Amino acid sequence: MNTYLTRAVALAGSAALLLVAACSAGSGTSTGGSSAGAEQKLAIGLVAEPASLDFTTTDGAAIPQALLTNVYEGLVKQDESGKIVADLAKSWTVSPDRKTYKFELVDNAKFTNGAAFTAADAVFSINRVKSAWTTSLKAAMDVVQDAKAVSPTQLEVTLSKPSNDWLFRMTTRIGAMFSQTGIDKLATDPVGTGPYKFGSWKRGDSIVLQRNDAYWGTKPFFNQVTLKYFKDPTALNNALLTGTINVIGTVQAPEALSQFSGNAKYQVIEGTTNGEVLLSFNNSRPVFKDTRVRQAIRSAIDHKALLDTCFAGRGKLIGSMVPPTDPWYEDLSQVAPYDATKAKGLLQASGAGGTTLRLRLPTLPYATSCGQVVKSQLEQVGFKVQIDQLEFPAAWLTSVFKNADYDMSIISHVEPRDLGAVFSPKYYTRYDDPTLQQELAAADAGDEATQVTEMKKAARRISEQAAADWLFLLPNLVVADKNITGLPVNAIAESFDLSKLARS
Amino acid sequence: MVLRLIERTAVLLVSLAVSSVLVFGFMAVLPGDPARVALGVNASDEAVAQLRQQFGLDRPLATQYFDWLGGLLHADFGTSYVSKVAIGPQVFDRLQVTLWLVVVGMIVALVVAVPAGTVMAARHRKISGLALSAISQLGVAVPAFLAGILLIMLFAVKLGWLPANGWTPPAENPGMFLRQLVLPALSLGLVQGAVLTRYVRSAVLDVLREDYLRTARAKGLRPFPALWRHGLRNAAVPVATVLGLQLATLLIGAVVVERVFVIPGLGSLLLDGVSNRDLLLVQDVVMLLVVAVLVVNFLVDLLYVALDPRLRVGQR
Repeated sequence: MNTYLTRAVALAGSAALLLVAACSAGSGTSTGGSSAGAEQKLAIGLVAEPASLDFTTTDGAAIPQALLTNVYEGLVKQDESGKIVADLAKSWTVSPDRKTYKFELVDNAKFTNGAAFTAADAVFSINRVKSAWTTSLKAAMDVVQDAKAVSPTQLEVTLSKPSNDWLFRMTTRIGAMFSQTGIDKLATDPVGTGPYKFGSWKRGDSIVLQRNDAYWGTKPFFNQVTLKYFKDPTALNNALLTGTINVIGTVQAPEALSQFSGNAKYQVIEGTTNGEVLLSFNNSRPVFKDTRVRQAIRSAIDHKALLDTCFAGRGKLIGSMVPPTDPWYEDLSQVAPYDATKAKGLLQASGAGGTTLRLRLPTLPYATSCGQVVKSQLEQVGFKVQIDQLEFPAAWLTSVFKNADYDMSIISHVEPRDLGAVFSPKYYTRYDDPTLQQELAAADAGDEATQVTEMKKAARRISEQAAADWLFLLPNLVVADKNITGLPVNAIAESFDLSKLARS
Repeated sequence: MVLRLIERTAVLLVSLAVSSVLVFGFMAVLPGDPARVALGVNASDEAVAQLRQQFGLDRPLATQYFDWLGGLLHADFGTSYVSKVAIGPQVFDRLQVTLWLVVVGMIVALVVAVPAGTVMAARHRKISGLALSAISQLGVAVPAFLAGILLIMLFAVKLGWLPANGWTPPAENPGMFLRQLVLPALSLGLVQGAVLTRYVRSAVLDVLREDYLRTARAKGLRPFPALWRHGLRNAAVPVATVLGLQLATLLIGAVVVERVFVIPGLGSLLLDGVSNRDLLLVQDVVMLLVVAVLVVNFLVDLLYVALDPRLRVGQR
């Protein structure tokens, strides 16, 4: 009896001790201290976790978001205003026929496996896109005829035809520079030249990046950055409220912002993205062959009211397929202002009044809520709309995207500079317009000034022709602890650039 | 006894076989091509076809089924379509996390349900019993995820006593592990406990009406000691059965709770697998859950016999 009692007491005692230890262990620990010289750590909450770390064979925005510009660097990158600027290439020149690019490379960059970065690695990386990549993005490298290393710091790339788009695509993941000796384990152990190196990955939870102390450029402030992934927006918000993370990288539910904007502990940043929320039309359907029907839809939608209702008024009305950070941006939101009378007239003139339009929505929150508003606004001017929900991604991709079995849909197109890709006869919009194709070709082949004028023409054309309706541009909404500096205002590149972040 | 064991084992094996066909069948008819989802929206048909071949999706369904089953029998879970890494180690990593949740959740449930249910039964005509009854009724009505959200709002966001989410393995930081385990285990266990309380109550009530307990009372034992000595073992039989059946609900509850508390367990693996169309992974995890539930029910059946000697006499 006595022994039982002692044992029970001992057990209870140690359990109590453990609990006390547990409670005290966490109470003082928040992510990262503020004392100077201490380990500086940062935790960022993001939404989509990568499925793999290898963006050469796995698609999706989450891998470049974590790794590009942080672990991998390109020859060029996009700055926050959308301009193409130098990165691993110090400078470059374009030949008069616009087919040959000569890059002058930095001479002190090193991969995290110890190898020096040279022009040979650049040639290897460019060629490897064509030979070993499997995702659809690799097509942007097809225009490259030849890449050769003139010297360890000089690279010459010859294109088969002039293409402004190619240099732009080099700022995206296909321009990432790989080490010839560091590609055995891309899915688990990425090797790049960037300011951070890959630390560890707890699947289903987080990725840790460590500062690359041998970095050739300006070393970042934080020694360690943890990217924590949250499927649920409420859990993401709670993590910031309770100090588990310091930054919410992308706010998914704008209506939840109020709990942060009124609080002095946090800062809320609102900028722009590349995500045009498109009310797409299947232009191969007879009813949409009539321009008046398409224009009637654009005039029937009160975009301001729609944005207020389904996205808490955050976001920007753009009226075409160009975000404000592209050099050829113009505000085209007044090309088709809200005018219910005009919409009714156009619809009547077209004689398509009785047709039922099938609005097939992916199961994404913004699509579902905006879809209801679109339906009610269209029905007010005499359209008939039938809403049809499709599970996203699989069912939507098969039915709408691949088979174009739809009349209208709503989805955000987040790829940069995607006007040409989206309004082509092969795409699910089935938009067949030879004049537009000519303008796009001229823009790609010309010099910078020509590119801007031609792209402006193209953007205005699809807007006037009502090739689709642009509901709004998704905002970039970031919430962070008040003392975090260097956060990007606009999210236009594929990466979440960690190198400029600091704590004041 | 032996006959019963053979009979139960046969039932288990047949259920396993049938459920494996069902799990495989459902995955096969699910819309959406994993190869296309893996390659992204603009992939060419040739690239998709090539990947389908690489995954073995172009083979006849029967071949795919038997390959999959054969692999499982050798503990080979195959390679994920999406991440291209072996599924087995991932599943076992995540299983450990979920087991902690389920086991601790179950303990919480028992700690709540056994005393509460017994008191409710013993005092079923008194105010205290009725009050407990009302509270448990409320608990039954609250789903685990709602309990989780409420607990987070109170203890994490408002009071700041415990973390709102996250998971640390016990070996890495035991203190943090415990702090992070408290709220999810409570939200799982309290709800489950409320359900279980009602079974304990009715089992104890049944026992209270038995002749042997009346005899015990007649010999001068007070109600609780009488119950303790003679009643609880008998009440344990129906409760153990329910407990086994509840394991399935507890696993499903864990899936949801993992999402609310951002815990990298089997449930979040399953959800990720579904959204990425990682069909093989989903198939494996679902099958594993089915096996767990069937095996536990099998064990409960055996336990039933062990607890109640009357069942050992092979009466049919």
